[in-house]
Amino acid sequence: MGEKKKKELTRRDFIKKSAAGVAGVGLATLSMDSLFQWNPALAAQVSAPPLKIEKNAVLKILRWSGFVKSDEQVWNANTKKWEKETGAKVVTEYLSWEDVRSKAAMEASVGAGHDIVLGWYDDPHLYPDKLLDVSDVATYLGKKYGGWYPVCEMYGKLYGTDKWIALPIGSAGICINYRKSWVKEAGFEKVPGDIPGFIKCCQALKKKGHPTGFALGHAVGDGNTWTHWWLWSHGGKAVEKDGKTIAINSKETIHALDAVKELYETMIPGVASWLDPHNNKAFLSGQISVTSNGNSIFYASMKKFPDINKDLMTMNFPVGPVGHPAELSMISQAFVFKHTPVPNAAKHFLRFMFEKAQYGKWESETWGYITQTLKDYYNLPAWKKDPRITPYRECVKRMLWNGYAGPMGPASAAAMSEYVVVDMFADVCVGGKSPKAAALAAERKLKKFYR
Amino acid sequence: MKSGQSVGFLQRKGVLGFLFTVPADAILLLLLAYPFVLGIWLSFTNTIIGRTGSFVGLENYIDLFHSDVFWLTAFNTVVYTVGAVFFKLILGLGLAILLNRDFKGKGLMRAIVLLPWIVPTALSTIAFWWIFDSNFSCISWLFMKLGIMHAPINFLGSTVNARISVIIVNIWRGIPFFTIGLLAGLQTINHTLYEAADIDGATPWIKFKSITLPLLMPLLSVITTFSIIWTFADFQLIWIMTRGGPDNATHIFGTFSFQRAIAGGHLGEGAAISAFIFPVLFICVLITSKYLKREN
Repeated sequence: MGEKKKKELTRRDFIKKSAAGVAGVGLATLSMDSLFQWNPALAAQVSAPPLKIEKNAVLKILRWSGFVKSDEQVWNANTKKWEKETGAKVVTEYLSWEDVRSKAAMEASVGAGHDIVLGWYDDPHLYPDKLLDVSDVATYLGKKYGGWYPVCEMYGKLYGTDKWIALPIGSAGICINYRKSWVKEAGFEKVPGDIPGFIKCCQALKKKGHPTGFALGHAVGDGNTWTHWWLWSHGGKAVEKDGKTIAINSKETIHALDAVKELYETMIPGVASWLDPHNNKAFLSGQISVTSNGNSIFYASMKKFPDINKDLMTMNFPVGPVGHPAELSMISQAFVFKHTPVPNAAKHFLRFMFEKAQYGKWESETWGYITQTLKDYYNLPAWKKDPRITPYRECVKRMLWNGYAGPMGPASAAAMSEYVVVDMFADVCVGGKSPKAAALAAERKLKKFYR
Repeated sequence: MKSGQSVGFLQRKGVLGFLFTVPADAILLLLLAYPFVLGIWLSFTNTIIGRTGSFVGLENYIDLFHSDVFWLTAFNTVVYTVGAVFFKLILGLGLAILLNRDFKGKGLMRAIVLLPWIVPTALSTIAFWWIFDSNFSCISWLFMKLGIMHAPINFLGSTVNARISVIIVNIWRGIPFFTIGLLAGLQTINHTLYEAADIDGATPWIKFKSITLPLLMPLLSVITTFSIIWTFADFQLIWIMTRGGPDNATHIFGTFSFQRAIAGGHLGEGAAISAFIFPVLFICVLITSKYLKREN
């Protein structure tokens, strides 16, 4: 659907360009089919939206503090580069990633504060009328860099419209991390890519004394991502497309909850207390054999745990009975408040940070911590630096959006912040509830948010 | 003439006094009364962060009454408060009596007892987060090294253990408040009372029951009320250690309200959750003040 829309846009834009006489002389020889495809040669000619930076502009940016050290270093270096090129100033405030949402929401409420925010998930959909239209920058970037992944269009556009209220700047992609030697010891060449095989492998690992570990506590990132993957992979979902019909209490969900009990039995005790840092610590200390995580385990092991690093392997989440990848990865969205006195500088800055020279460096230096949202960046050299980071480039392509299959907004945000899905799994694994009772409890919670 | 009138006006009973209190009143109104009234108002609206809400009457409260998590939170809050305050009182009183005796290094011991109260809660809680870690706990490590256990204690991973763990941390943090407060009270008790009791052949228990406790009672009730208020409305300890998990087993009103209002964006509902703290604490204060009046 998103692909189709994009192709139509490309065609329309192409017609505009040719009417204006800027399409280039070789176009007459192109087949009709090629007109609908992204063309690198044409992309290079796409001109950036004219944004005249305000005089003496000082840009205030709020963003999450880096998960990996190099993130902030490269971001700051790119920021300095922009300051040098434009003469404008930037003040960047780094905040713990869990606190960005509340601070940004407060600024949206009072209409003052930072100009740009790098928020998470559906933040922009909580206060869309407070945000600047960034369609010009999004359209330009899409045309220049092969288009946005469909899920990014869901995240960035105001639901049901073509208006971009945020630029999905990158995903903290989540993959399965495992110990190669232990998996071999358990009788598997690698961790299987399907859920029944995955469970069997985890059971074999547990038998060999190498338990798995997936966060079942109120871990905003690690808890939500794997439980949503498990639910969606079994065909379950929180809500239907209409955003009103609660769909959680389904036979698919019950199946997912039944199956998760088998996985839970392979886990190390204590996962119900795990917050976001726990699985990293457990993996790096050799307590667990398999977990799901961003590339911070790889990054930390590369710097401080060389033995673990040698034995570390990563892969994308296995595919479940639903038959296609259905994952949730954390995604960061950059948005500009309408209250900014420097809207052009803000948009110009974001466009600059998305350009290949800056974005490619960011990707490369963070070892792929930030997964690309523009399709062309799939082929950045950064992804070939180490085979363990290559799977991360698939994350955005394979993921669904928070609140799938409904729209994003206050209901989906509240459901995630209240850990409805995480707690449903914890109800079964830790609380001793039956799958039916857990699904019913989740249904009651969701009904409240989606009424 | 005019200046004489102004001076006369200022000298009228109550006028100057009122004017002197205006700055303090303004601060109280602005920083205490306004947020309180705003919070109560928000609880009657469907305000979502970034959007203006409308009046919905008691809808938020009715919804909460139908919410399992809310009742679990209410249960957790009561267990947390009663459990923590009870042990803080007993242990704090015991420590105060011990520290009231004469022994070498008394001053140093009193300073050490104050430490948990002085250390920022966020800092000490992070330490306890590690001490009670389900996989890396130093307690588990020690027991395993001593051969007493073969697997770590699942401190924060099971619902019962998690509740006990957060209560223990709260007790640790709150004991100094009881100890130092009651120690000050113990030092005001006239020693001749104890001497008279000794002459009458009273046992230590009788002396405690008939002299110490009755004379400490007014102070004890005030300290206990304050502790109930702080424990009932706690936030940072739980938020750092468990975020209300596992499976909402350690959510108390403060954390649940924050989660709903700030993380989830539903300000109206979050305000309604925190509004439940108010009547309970109001009743506590009422009971204490009535008791104190009676004592006077």
